[in-house]
Amino acid sequence: MSYLEYNTKFVPTGARKLLYLHWPLIMLLSAVSCAGFLMLYSVAGGSMSPWMEPQMKRFALGLGVMISVAMVPIWFWRNIAFVAFGGSVALLVGVELFGEVRMGAQRWIDLGFMRLQPSELTKITMVMFLAAYYDWLPLDRKSHPFWVLVPVTLILVPVALVLQQPDLGTALLLLTGGGAVMFLAGVHWAYFVTVVGTGVGAVVAVFQSRGTPWQILQDYQYRRIDTFIDPSNDPLGAGYNITQAKIALGSGGWTGRGFMQGTQSRLNFLPEKHTDFIFTTLAEEFGFVGAITLLSLYALIIIFCIASAMTNKDRFASLLTLGIAVTFFLFFAVNMAMVTGLLPVVGVPLPLVSYGGSAMVVLMAAFGLVQSAHVHRPR
Amino acid sequence: MKRPSKDVIQSSRIIGRRALVVGGLQVGVMGAIGYRLRDMQVEQADQYRMLAEENRISMRLLPPARGMIFDRNGIAIAANEQNYRVVMIREDAGDIGEVLARLTEIIDIQPEVLARAMEEMRRRAPFVPVTILERVSWDDVAQINLNTPVLPGVQAEVGLSRFYPMGEDMAHVVGYVGPVSDYDLSQIENPDPLLQIPKFEYGKTGAENRLEEELRGSAGTRRIEISAAGRIMRELDRQEGIPGKDIQLTIDSHLQSYVQARLEGESASGIVLDLENGDLRAVVSSPTFDPNMFVRGISVADWRALNENKYRPMAAKAVQGTYPPGSTFKMVTALAAIEAGIVTANDTVYCPGHADVSNIRFHCWRRGGHGNMNLHEALKQSCDVYFYDIAQRVGIDKIAEMARKLGLGERYDLPLSAVASGLAPDREWKSTVRGENWRIGDTVNASIGQGYVLTSPLQLAVMTARLATGMQITPRLVRLIDGIEQPSGIGPSLGLNENTLRRIRASMDAVCNETRGTAYGSRIIAEGRKMAGKTGTSQVRRITPEERAAGVISNNDLPWERRDHALFVGYAPLENPRYAVSVIVEHGGGGSATAAPIARDIILQAQYGGPPPLEAYPSNLRDQIAEQQRRIAARIPAGMRSQGRA
Repeated sequence: MSYLEYNTKFVPTGARKLLYLHWPLIMLLSAVSCAGFLMLYSVAGGSMSPWMEPQMKRFALGLGVMISVAMVPIWFWRNIAFVAFGGSVALLVGVELFGEVRMGAQRWIDLGFMRLQPSELTKITMVMFLAAYYDWLPLDRKSHPFWVLVPVTLILVPVALVLQQPDLGTALLLLTGGGAVMFLAGVHWAYFVTVVGTGVGAVVAVFQSRGTPWQILQDYQYRRIDTFIDPSNDPLGAGYNITQAKIALGSGGWTGRGFMQGTQSRLNFLPEKHTDFIFTTLAEEFGFVGAITLLSLYALIIIFCIASAMTNKDRFASLLTLGIAVTFFLFFAVNMAMVTGLLPVVGVPLPLVSYGGSAMVVLMAAFGLVQSAHVHRPR
Repeated sequence: MKRPSKDVIQSSRIIGRRALVVGGLQVGVMGAIGYRLRDMQVEQADQYRMLAEENRISMRLLPPARGMIFDRNGIAIAANEQNYRVVMIREDAGDIGEVLARLTEIIDIQPEVLARAMEEMRRRAPFVPVTILERVSWDDVAQINLNTPVLPGVQAEVGLSRFYPMGEDMAHVVGYVGPVSDYDLSQIENPDPLLQIPKFEYGKTGAENRLEEELRGSAGTRRIEISAAGRIMRELDRQEGIPGKDIQLTIDSHLQSYVQARLEGESASGIVLDLENGDLRAVVSSPTFDPNMFVRGISVADWRALNENKYRPMAAKAVQGTYPPGSTFKMVTALAAIEAGIVTANDTVYCPGHADVSNIRFHCWRRGGHGNMNLHEALKQSCDVYFYDIAQRVGIDKIAEMARKLGLGERYDLPLSAVASGLAPDREWKSTVRGENWRIGDTVNASIGQGYVLTSPLQLAVMTARLATGMQITPRLVRLIDGIEQPSGIGPSLGLNENTLRRIRASMDAVCNETRGTAYGSRIIAEGRKMAGKTGTSQVRRITPEERAAGVISNNDLPWERRDHALFVGYAPLENPRYAVSVIVEHGGGGSATAAPIARDIILQAQYGGPPPLEAYPSNLRDQIAEQQRRIAARIPAGMRSQGRA
């Protein structure tokens, strides 16, 4: 898009763009991040180190990145979307070849000043790419089988690479995120019905294949599914985390046990209490009120994004905004569903709250894109 | 290019519709999560709260029992005893200061101990139990258990700690353990997680240190459920650690205690070596200290007393000390000369009481001289001039080579701290280490074990063992590790001429058993138990020509640290020798007067496996020996007092 493509009455330029940022959205993002700082302070036993301080620095960095991205006209991002997607797929290949192995999975690339998780980047660049693709594609071809097959193939490349790492959670997030953008772009209902139908069939196949030589998933993934179905089977082995997480959550009650007073969190009962399981600490210490407040903040972020997208006439901009909102939604919904025992434990952090450098910066950059779409929308 | 407005409107409509669908789905999912949260946190909160209170799972490391150390007869030298300690868990205590204040009302705690415990608790994670007081009496434990309700987080635990039943008698051999320090940790790559346990016992010196890996064992774990008050509800599972390996030393603790008692009052050391397998039967340094003091935490006063004692109780002189061997080195010079074919046993040298070598006068210990001396008489009467003469002819390099062949100047790999390597000097050593040329005077000095030559008591015992057997014996301290026999110390033959060795042995026999032999006064008369040996008196000061002219000052008139060292090396019995012994009394005066009687008593004790009959001694000594045996018998039971507890 450029302004030339539309009949625009008014165009913000230069530093005046700052006034046209979606400030309520920035406030919401900051509020969620502050909740994160508080929890990182608490899980460290009342200390700025080792987690809270670096997280604050990364948030500051992320804020800077977001505003910088927002200042750049949205059509620039559309024009480089394909290159960005190609670049992050190349990084995924790089991680496969040179990546660092951590906690049994190969997910990181060391850039020297920071460790980059290319799969994080891919979630955003894939949305960019799909939005740009549907912006370019004439409306009448959107449901043509060939023009559906092209993006599907291109989604499956990073999905396959991430599965190879192996990171089942991220692979499913990529797949769902990509599917959601295609759905939003208006691809025919029948495709999605078919895919969901096949998906159910595939799940059945996965379970049927268990124990046979052509077993589809890794053993640890089967065990996680078993644990999910009945965590009490193995309360001290694979089910230990989820059992303890649920106890922490449930014991919070209405108003929680008080800041820094969570007995479950004080013990080292969770190996990842500062990353994937941080929500349990929040729910334990601030109770139902705290947990619902955080959930509402997340919901407001999503609603603001949808509202912004629906008032935006540009197809790329609104698809991008919605796609990023869906990706963000998938993050926190899967994480919360996971710690409340609604979904099996897959390694998905709570966005903006969990400790983690590249996730924070990449997410803030993504909201930078949302802001850019908002600032540069045709008026 | 303008976009057709029809397209823009249509696309906006599609996206808007689909966005509402997706948005609706998202709200639905968030609603489900919210409902789930309400279900767990509101409906079932009480149930989960109860689980949280009662169901807290914690992992603890179980320290393994440290391997025990036994003597060759199975008597415990290092054992583990149970003791009680008071531990506290910060997060369970709530207000630490208040709980500690209550605790001090119940039991006696020093303020500095309390301060250290507070510091430790601040440093460690809140759920780590921190030891406040160790070695608590049973009465105090009962008091604490009685007052549990007002002492949240405080527990009395039973644990094992090191105990040395033999006390001081084994101090220099086993060494001692102490709480692992940051310095110890910094010395180890990849330290065992066990070492992170506060106050974990770690070998600091001696065999405890050198055999640490064998003795330590590996950690077990236990998973426990603890209540909110810190009470252990139940143990979920327990994986026992692997206890450390038991070790049997070659030391005979009865003999060791005897030697320790015999050396009491002197700054001395004694070694008994078994010639059958190189076993060290006794390795004694005197004075000694009680290693149990270090395990319990030594007081400042005790520490200062040990360090300021001029007899250096902390030094394991038997293996760490190096001394000029004096005349005990003469066998080396003699063997080197005969093996080189430079002298025969019958060649004589005239001893006028001194020898002039390159304008320096070297004196014989006997001022008037010995007259004509052959090898046998020279060794027996320890004539210095004879050795000055033959040493110059054979040269220092051959002498040094023979010294090394007999085990001097070599560091033995024993599991003891700081085993000394001594020095068998030669030309190359002097030029590389000191950057000077070897002088003929150095050879003259070395020929009688003075000058640069340095040996440890252990090395002298090995030398004697090799002379007595002609075999390459190396000392062995560890007999069994975890029931596995360690390699014997017997090596191949040294390749020395058996006739030459026999001559040397005959001379050593004469030293002890013929009139005019320097150790005749310390002879053994029991048949089949007789001893052969060599005395040594090594000077630690220079005697100036003026002093010599005025008459050499006698040892008794000198301050202690300037007196001569007294040495004796010997073996017994004469036929098929079984034991070699070496004794060094620091600044003890003469070898024949001070060291030889000690060596005689030790080797008799070893041969009889207990106090020898008085008939083994010459009749004129029996009263005195009987008195000495009574005195030592009265002391030894004290040294062995804890045998029953092992």
